[in-house]
Amino acid sequence: MLYALVGVGALGCAVAAVTSKRMLISAIWLALASALVALDMYLLGAPFIAVIELSVGAGLVTVLFVFAINLTGDEALPVANSVFKWLALTLILACSGITAYLVFPRSLLSPSNPETLPLLTIFWDLRRLDTWLQAFLIFAGALTVLGLFRSASHESAKKEE
Amino acid sequence: MNYPDGIIVALTILGLVGIGIYAIIVSRNLIKIVVGMQIMVKGVLLAFVLAGRVSGNIGLGQSLALTVIVVDTIVAVVALALTVQVHKRFGSLDPQALTTLRR
Repeated sequence: MLYALVGVGALGCAVAAVTSKRMLISAIWLALASALVALDMYLLGAPFIAVIELSVGAGLVTVLFVFAINLTGDEALPVANSVFKWLALTLILACSGITAYLVFPRSLLSPSNPETLPLLTIFWDLRRLDTWLQAFLIFAGALTVLGLFRSASHESAKKEE
Repeated sequence: MNYPDGIIVALTILGLVGIGIYAIIVSRNLIKIVVGMQIMVKGVLLAFVLAGRVSGNIGLGQSLALTVIVVDTIVAVVALALTVQVHKRFGSLDPQALTTLRR
């Protein structure tokens, strides 16, 4: 029952984030959806990742969205073609139905691999290379953003000259 | 967790991924497209955790989900920075305004 409530809440927040006309409201709905997904993760027995999702997904990413909306303005959205909307909806529903039919009944029946290792062992021993690559990726992302803003400030300085 | 709960979480995952893809396809605002991408990734994260739980190896599911969170955050940061630059250069957030091809 709790899973159903959290799931319906997360889906409702996601729909509101997509359909909302104002971008700022959309970002807030996204943060709520993120918090509910984090709660779902906690209920599934993954508290570590739930805390990270709550702090990064509902916190940091929302701040980034608000920052970007502040810089670009809360622009009114052009209305998409309704035929195109219905076509996309039908296509996605069909794909979801096929996925549900093919994947669900078999994969959710019973645990197939009862061998459990602690998260820290998996993260630092078995996936050490991945961990280093993630750290590298964070630096690469930060440098990319710095480069993007730097080139823009150079161009605006040239225009002023 | 019993079987119906697993089905409910799996349906939530499908719904989140579907809503995210719908937003990416239909939206005509670059920030809204990033929002759709974020929603889709939330579904993927939940799928990793559910797969870990069902297979009895929740640690592996959590570690993979952590990797996805890191990558997703970097992608969101770079995408939003690009969006700001596009708005500065073109004065619009409509992806169709960016094309140089005649329609």
